[in-house]
Amino acid sequence: MKLNQKLKEYWHKLGSPRWFYEITTNWVTFFGIGALLLLVTGLVWGLAFAPADYQQGNSFRIMYVHVPAAMVAQSLYIGMGVAGFIGLVWRMKLTDVAIGACLPLGMVLTALALFTGGVWGKPTWGSWWEWDGRTVSTLVLLFLYIGIYALREAIPDLDLRARASALVCLVGTVNIPIIKYSVEWWNTLHQSASFSLTEKPAMPVEMWLPLLIMGLGFYCFAGHQVLSRMRLEVLTREANSRWVAEVMLSKGAPAAVMQPSTTDTTDHGKD
Amino acid sequence: MYFDSFTEFLRMGDHGLYVWVAYGSTLVVLLGAFFITRSMSRSVEENIRWAILARQAEQVAGIAAKQGRSNES
Amino acid sequence: MVGALLLREWKILLRARASVVNPLAFLLLSTLLFAIAAPQLVAEASQQASGILWVLVLFTQLLSLDAMFRRDYDSGTLEQSLIMADVPFVAVLIRIFVQWLGTGLVIVIATPVIGPLLGLSWSAVPGTMLALLLGTPALSLLGSIGAGITVGFSRGGIILALLVLPLFLPVLIFGTDIVNAAGAGLNYTAQAYWLALISLAALIVSPFAALAGLRISVEMQ
Repeated sequence: MKLNQKLKEYWHKLGSPRWFYEITTNWVTFFGIGALLLLVTGLVWGLAFAPADYQQGNSFRIMYVHVPAAMVAQSLYIGMGVAGFIGLVWRMKLTDVAIGACLPLGMVLTALALFTGGVWGKPTWGSWWEWDGRTVSTLVLLFLYIGIYALREAIPDLDLRARASALVCLVGTVNIPIIKYSVEWWNTLHQSASFSLTEKPAMPVEMWLPLLIMGLGFYCFAGHQVLSRMRLEVLTREANSRWVAEVMLSKGAPAAVMQPSTTDTTDHGKD
Repeated sequence: MYFDSFTEFLRMGDHGLYVWVAYGSTLVVLLGAFFITRSMSRSVEENIRWAILARQAEQVAGIAAKQGRSNES
Repeated sequence: MVGALLLREWKILLRARASVVNPLAFLLLSTLLFAIAAPQLVAEASQQASGILWVLVLFTQLLSLDAMFRRDYDSGTLEQSLIMADVPFVAVLIRIFVQWLGTGLVIVIATPVIGPLLGLSWSAVPGTMLALLLGTPALSLLGSIGAGITVGFSRGGIILALLVLPLFLPVLIFGTDIVNAAGAGLNYTAQAYWLALISLAALIVSPFAALAGLRISVEMQ
C-alpha cells in the first residue's frame, strides 16, 4: 500500500469514535501510570531534596507546581485552537469532544497557576497580587477559557456548539501571541520595583531537573484527564450504538448480560 | 534530603505556610480532577450497561411472548 | 456593487439616527459619571485621562456591537442580506465599516470635547485622535466576530463581553500608551504602527470569522 493511501486511511480512522475509544484504552493507563510516577518523584524531590534558592529561600519550591500548571494550562488552550482548526476544516466530530475535554482542566489549571503565583508572590514580592506581565497574560487566558465555557453552555445543539466553539478557540489562539506581546510592552512601561524573576542566573541541574519531571508529570496527567474525558463523552454520545454494547459487554459485565442475543444482528450504530 | 530535621522540613525556613498552601492546593486540584472524572466515567458506564440489560430483557420477553402465541394456536 | 451596498448601508444608518447619537450620548454620560464619582481622576492634567477615555471607548464599542447584526437577524433577513450576498465577505466588511462610522469615527470627532472634559491636556488631543482613528477599526472588526456568534442568543450581552474584551486588550495597551506619550510630548510612532498593524490583521481575519459566526447563528434560528 502506498504511503499516502495509508495516511488517508489513518486519517479516516481518526474520525471514527470506536477506533478512538479502542486505541486510547491503553494510552489512558500509560499516561495515568506515568503521571503518578513522575508527579510523586517530582513532588518529593522538589519539596525535600532540591536545594533552596539563595535569594528566595524555600518559597521557590512553589515553582515546581506553579510553572507546570501555567505551562499545561497554556498548552491546553493552544490544543483547543488546533482542534478547532481541524474541526472547522475537516468537520471532524472528535475535535469538539477534544475541546470539551480540554476546557475544564485548562480552566482549573489556569486558576491554580494564578493562585500558586499569588502564594509565591507574597514572600517573594511582598504582595499577593502584582500586575506584572505574566500575571496579566495568565488572567487573560482565564477569561478566554471562561468565554468559551459560557458560549458552550449557551448553545444546546451539539453541531452548532461544536462549530461556534471551534471558531472562538481558533480566533483566541491566533490572538494569544498578540496579547502576550502587547502585555509585555505594557509591562516594560509599568515595571514594578520588585526584582524580576526572569533576570535570575541560570538554574543549577539539581534545581531544574525536578522541574522537568514535574512538567512531564503534569503533561501526563493532562493527557490522562483529556483522554478519559473524551472517552466518556464518546461513550455518552454513542450510547445506543452496537459497538458501545460490544465494548461494554466485553469487560466486567454481569453474567446474565454476557449471553449474546441471537435474534438481532442488524447494526443499530450510527457509524 | 536537603533539610536537617523533619521540623525544618515543615517550617521551610519561615516559608512553610506558603509552600504547603501551594502544594496542598495543587494536590486538591489534581486529585479532585482525577476522582471527578473517574466517578463520571463509572456512572456513564453503569448507565450504559443497565440500558443494554434492559434492551436485552425486552428482547427475551418479546421472543417468549411470540413462542407463547405459537404454542397456543 | 460595492458602491450600491455602501449606499444602502449608509441610508440605513442615517435612518436609524439613534445608532449614531446613542454611543455618543453614552460616552458623554459616562464622562459625567466619572466627573461626579471621582473628580480627582478627571482633574486637569491628572494623567488618568488616557486610561479612562480608552476604557469608556471600549465599553461604548461593546454596547453598540450587539446592534451590528441584530436588526437583520430579528427580521429574518440576515441570510439574504449578508450570507447570500454576491460577495459575502464584502457585504460583511461594509456592515462593519458602517458600524465603525457610527461609533469609532464619531468618537474620534468627539475627542476634542470629551478628552478635555476627562482632564486630557490640549497638546495630547491630536495624538489621541490618531490613536482612536487607528485603534477603533480593530475594535469594530474584532467585535464583529463576537457579534456574529452571539446574535442568535436572547441574552448574549455578557457572553459577547467575555468573548470580545480579551481581544480588545492589545488595542487598549497601545492606545493608552499613545495618549500618554502624546501628553508627555514624546514620540509615539512605534505604538501607532503597532495599532495600525493590529487593525490591518483584524481587517484580514475578522470578516471571514464574523461570516462563519453568522452562518452558525442563522442555523440556530
